[in-house]
This record gives sequence, C-alpha cells and structure tokens, in this order.
Amino acid sequence: MEGHQAACMRKALFDQGYLDEQFLQLEDLQDEANPNFVEEVVKLYYTDSARFIRSIELTLDKNPFDFEKLDDIMHQFKGSSSSIGAKKVKRECTQFQEYCKIGNFEGCMRTFQEVKQEHAALKKKLESYLQLARQAR
Amino acid sequence: MVVYLAGKMVIGSSKKVVADPIEEVRRICALVVDDDPLVRRIHGMLLARYGLETEAAENGKEAIDLFLSGKTFDLVLMDMEMPVMDGLQATQRLRGMGVSSMIVGVTARGLEAEKEAFMATGLDACCVKPLNAEAVISVLDELAKKLL
Repeated sequence: MEGHQAACMRKALFDQGYLDEQFLQLEDLQDEANPNFVEEVVKLYYTDSARFIRSIELTLDKNPFDFEKLDDIMHQFKGSSSSIGAKKVKRECTQFQEYCKIGNFEGCMRTFQEVKQEHAALKKKLESYLQLARQAR
Repeated sequence: MVVYLAGKMVIGSSKKVVADPIEEVRRICALVVDDDPLVRRIHGMLLARYGLETEAAENGKEAIDLFLSGKTFDLVLMDMEMPVMDGLQATQRLRGMGVSSMIVGVTARGLEAEKEAFMATGLDACCVKPLNAEAVISVLDELAKKLL
C-alpha cells in the first residue's frame, strides 16, 4: 500500500515539475550499501539552503543593496538546488539573478519570496514522499 | 595497465595481473575539491560507484596541502568557485608543483569565457556541475587513456 502511494507521490513530484532528472541520478546512487543516500542528501540540502536563505535575508536588509553579493549567494543556492534536482527552486533562483543583474530591488524581493515558497513546498513534499518510501522498504 | 576488476577501475602490472591480481593492483584515487558539502557527497558517491577511492577537500588550499603531505591522486575534481583558494589558483599551483594528475574543473557557471579561463590554468577538462553518470564515464574513459 505504502509502496503504491510512494510511487504515485514520486511520479507527481516529476509531473508537477518539482524535480528534474538530477533526482533520478541520486536515486540511482542509492543501493544496499547506502540505503538512505537520497534522504541524507535531501537533509544536507535543507541544512545548506537554510544558511543561504538567511544570508540573502541579511544582505537584503542592508543599505545600499549589494546586488553582486546577492547574485553570488543565489548562485551558490542555485548550484545546491541543482544538485538535488529542485527544478522550481532553481527556476526562481535564476529569475532572482536576472533581477540582480539589472539592479531591480523590487524584483529581487518579489522573486525571493517565490524562492522561499518553492523551497518550503518542495521540503514538505519530499518529507512526505521519503517517509512513505522508507515505510515501503 | 588499467583494468576493470569486478566492475572497478584499477591499475595493475601487465606481468603479474593474471597470476596475482590482488597484490598487483591498486584502486584509482580521486580527490573531490568543493566548498559545498552536498556536492562533495554526491560527486564522491558517483566516483565510488565506479570503484574509485575518494577523498575530499573544502577548498583549493586544502587540496594543495593534501598533495604537499605526500598524497597522490589520479583524478581531481576541482570546483571553480571556493573561498580561501579558488579552483583557478589551486590548479595553477598544482601544475606549478609538477602535479600531473588528471584535473577536471567543475563549474555551475555556463559562460564560455569563464570556462576557457579555468581551462587555461592547466585543466584536462571542464564539466558543468552537478556531474551525472554520463559525464563521469566520459572522464574515466579519458583517465584510462592517460594512465595507459
């Protein structure tokens, strides 16, 4: 039962554009010797990304705005998101960087909210999926 | 000569590999240099999947210190942007030290000019990160040619 639910949830994550093929690479690396690799990597990502989000928040609070620094932090956040296949998060990171390049503060603020929303939404969905996947094993 | 034993890439002596493969072979060693712990974990795992022994360093300076301590690596995956010492400086220093390991740059930056500048420091190849299985196999194929 859990196996079927986990499979449906997994399919939805890809069909709804939350994850891309990089996540498949991670699943492919999971084996009997490393049965929790995907979960471990997802946890690492959320620890990493919390730090990036905090850094961006602090930088957005400063005056004058340091677009170069914002772009740099977001570049690292995007890289991290790419590593787990976080497709929607990556897309919003790219949009944020576009606004940094043209020095559009309102655009950066607005897009940063989208980044955080997608980041949180994916976290919730991955937690549910990984819990079901664990139970199904 | 480079051989594959049980799917793992190893170096063996052409004379004794048939008679005594265990003593005469050694596993290929790789160093993953990246400030992102997530990337270190994933790339380390990818390389280990193909039988490489892997170590990790958080920045270019740590990588150089490992080589200075006497360690040798057949392959180095070098991130471009890192604090303390970036991949460009680290690659330049390693080549200046006479390190002949295969050094493959990895970068999330897509601009050709940036990749060319990175290559010019002495890389054997430059890949976009995160690496996937296909990219790793391609790197290992080049490594096998280099080791032969």
